[in-house]
Amino acid sequence: MSDTLSPRSADEVREAVQWAAAEEQPLEVLGTGSKRALGRPVQAAHALDLSALSGIMLYEPAELVISALAGTPLAEIEAALDAHSQELAFDPIDYGALLGQAPGAGTVGGMIGANLAGSKRLKFGAARDHILGMEAVSGRGEIFKSGGRVVKNVTGYDLPRTLTGSWGTLAVATRITLKVQPRAETEATFVISGLNAREATQAMTAAMGSSAEVSAAAHLPPEIAAVLSAHGHALSGAATLLRLEGFASSVDYRFAALKALLQGGGTVSRLEAEASRALWRDVRDCRAFAGTDELVWRISVAPTAGADFIARVQAAFACRAYCDWSGGLVWLAVSGPDPQADAVRAAVAGVGGGHAMLVRAPAPLRTAVAVFQPQPEALAALSARIKAQFDPHGVLNPGRMGS
Amino acid sequence: MSGIVMPRPDDEVLARRGEIVAALKRLVPGEGVIDAAVEMRAYESDALTAYRQLPLVVVLPETVEQVSAVLRYCHENNVKVVPRGAGTSLSGGALPVGDGVLLSMMKFNQVLDIDPANRAAVVQPGVTNLGITRAVEHLGFYYAPDPSSQIACSIGGNIAENSGGVHCLKYGLTTNNVLGLEMVLVTGEVIRLGGKHLDAEGYDILALMTGSEGLLGVVTEVTVRILQKPETARAALIGFPTSEDGGQCVADIIGAGIIPGGMEMMDELAINAAEDFVNAGYPRDAGALLIVELDGPEAEVDYLLGEIETIALRNKASSLRVSTSEEERNTFWAGRKAAFPAVGRISPDYLCMDGTIPRKALPEVLTRMRALGETHGLRCANVFHAGDGNLHPLILYDANQPGQLEAAEAFGADILKLCVEFDGVLTGEHGVGIEKRDLMPEMFTEDDLKQQQRVKCAFDPKQLLNPGKVFPVLHRCAELGRMHVHKGQLPFPDIPRF
Repeated sequence: MSDTLSPRSADEVREAVQWAAAEEQPLEVLGTGSKRALGRPVQAAHALDLSALSGIMLYEPAELVISALAGTPLAEIEAALDAHSQELAFDPIDYGALLGQAPGAGTVGGMIGANLAGSKRLKFGAARDHILGMEAVSGRGEIFKSGGRVVKNVTGYDLPRTLTGSWGTLAVATRITLKVQPRAETEATFVISGLNAREATQAMTAAMGSSAEVSAAAHLPPEIAAVLSAHGHALSGAATLLRLEGFASSVDYRFAALKALLQGGGTVSRLEAEASRALWRDVRDCRAFAGTDELVWRISVAPTAGADFIARVQAAFACRAYCDWSGGLVWLAVSGPDPQADAVRAAVAGVGGGHAMLVRAPAPLRTAVAVFQPQPEALAALSARIKAQFDPHGVLNPGRMGS
Repeated sequence: MSGIVMPRPDDEVLARRGEIVAALKRLVPGEGVIDAAVEMRAYESDALTAYRQLPLVVVLPETVEQVSAVLRYCHENNVKVVPRGAGTSLSGGALPVGDGVLLSMMKFNQVLDIDPANRAAVVQPGVTNLGITRAVEHLGFYYAPDPSSQIACSIGGNIAENSGGVHCLKYGLTTNNVLGLEMVLVTGEVIRLGGKHLDAEGYDILALMTGSEGLLGVVTEVTVRILQKPETARAALIGFPTSEDGGQCVADIIGAGIIPGGMEMMDELAINAAEDFVNAGYPRDAGALLIVELDGPEAEVDYLLGEIETIALRNKASSLRVSTSEEERNTFWAGRKAAFPAVGRISPDYLCMDGTIPRKALPEVLTRMRALGETHGLRCANVFHAGDGNLHPLILYDANQPGQLEAAEAFGADILKLCVEFDGVLTGEHGVGIEKRDLMPEMFTEDDLKQQQRVKCAFDPKQLLNPGKVFPVLHRCAELGRMHVHKGQLPFPDIPRF
């Protein structure tokens, strides 16, 4: 890494990309760099640092909308929302602890580039479900906008959503507009202790299929619960967690409904608001795998397939695992140096398909192994054509999503 | 709109019609190819009935292999293709072209898999929106997006238009409720996107397909999220002296942290037209009427209705009724749901517009709209998805009076420009189609539109799928791909570099 360009405006971003396209000089697109350890490493002589492109441009709480320049720290956005009792409903994961970095370091641009989501994705979706509009500079060095600031909008292709999760390989976002939501008045977690993986899947499936409006559901086997317990959470033995958010009377009512629905299996306890929030933050941020030298995978499968997936990989090699999203998200920690990529992807295919991303691994491994789920030929070709239409010279984050 | 020009049919393709029809009959045997003009009439327009055009030929495939074979043939032989679902588009999205195949997907009408444990259903694209709910309601589930045409419109068409409905503030649009697709590219290649899992493995092409108005591919299978039905739902009917008061009440409800399942507003003209039609008990003297529906656990609904009552009274509500039975709740909605036909009774013809504005702009937009009505000499009734800012002005006119259709269309265009002026958009849920195609430059720069068209080029470089829709100016892909580069110095040398 030698040279860093730090544009202060969308026009300067355009100049920088025009130069890069003309000279065929690849750029590594960065906010604070907090996600450089994620995805496939980029080899580029120049970095495009967007951290100077910072600031909330519009926030109208009654309209449930916020708009900010791409380099705005996510922490700044969350603080602004918090002051009006609002939040980003999709609960973006903070990778800091897992990647051995300071927490709270990312920008809104990085959040969109990586399509972040947290435990509440189960009910509220991911960043891609909440983006309303975007201004960006394509790899051609042209400024364009798409979407707007209103929720209902079908005026042209939905490029903001398409660019969410594109890891900066199609365009450099300069301004992002998001839908926000009122923060729940309170919350509680319904904890069932002592279930095995199969029983936990049944309990989570029953809860999600009821009208209790569970906003997050996770199962921690005993060895994972023990790690979180050491971090101060009141857990003992295997813990199946069901999160209830809303007005106090509603939370109590739904807690009672879950108790009636799930009676008979395991011991039930209740975590009140503060303890509940703290526990879910650590479940979301994969705190259980922080500070180790294991290689970490993030696997997305159908919710009922999560337990089966874990059983398959644990039969094949030694690993630790737990699931979030009612079984649909598996966090898997493998003792290196072999990330077991073939076995992981065979297990994904074996349980009906999905997506496995190698989240934490040394850079050489993230270059050698396909970090993202490989695509079938026709889909990979289509993705390459889309890339070529946005960035014909391949100057934006080359190799970030695959070789 | 009557001024909208479609691309000129290609005489060379028209001359090959016999050969094309014969080839398609080989690919889709039996009753799957319709080439007699009298039988093709049923396909000459969609719900934007002012525009009609017979297609070259109609094809109704039954299998993915047939869809693939038809598209491959058309691609290799440079024949245009217009995909069609139930034909309920209000923007002309399924208007045929005279030198192209009309590809109807309505034989794809099967529910393939209901998976309550994963809260998902897999259906074919010709299944109606309501058909999905009908297929899963015995398990206590439903499909959330509910466009008012839900009894007729197909899920494939919902994907093309990213359809909404009255519940989308709380439950999202089509794009938030679709988990996976199988689709056929214009080359005939079949690709699958997503599934019952949540994360996409590459670019979010699922998001791109949703709302792409049939320009990028043909959907052959859809995986949707299904939700457990709320335990209960109740509605409040609140009258206000003015739309300003009603608008402030909406802002205060959201400001109090309440996201209602549905929140609809009607103006005086719409209130009275609806009341004349269905006797829903609407307050005729109100300047604005708000219907607020709360759904969820009973304890929550009861609590929130109390909160909303307090907020409404603080905002000068002139009347307030809360439904006490399912029957009464349905009566409250009956007037709103019948608003379009109700307006149809008080005027020989009407045009339904579909802009979205930031909610706070409503009073000013309504005032400006009244002034525009005076300029154009026409009246306008307003129904408004107050929760999400989607406005449906109904422009009243009489097509038998010379000049009134043109005046209505000019009034409609002015309303949409007004929406854009207030930071809104041209279309919330009806699509651009042909209707708003020529207004796109009101909202987008040339570079904005060119980047959109380049996306099209990645899917359909010959631009054979649904031509003449969405984009006002057609550029050839080769022209769009050209890049003007100027070699030079590193940019902004005055900036500190590290």
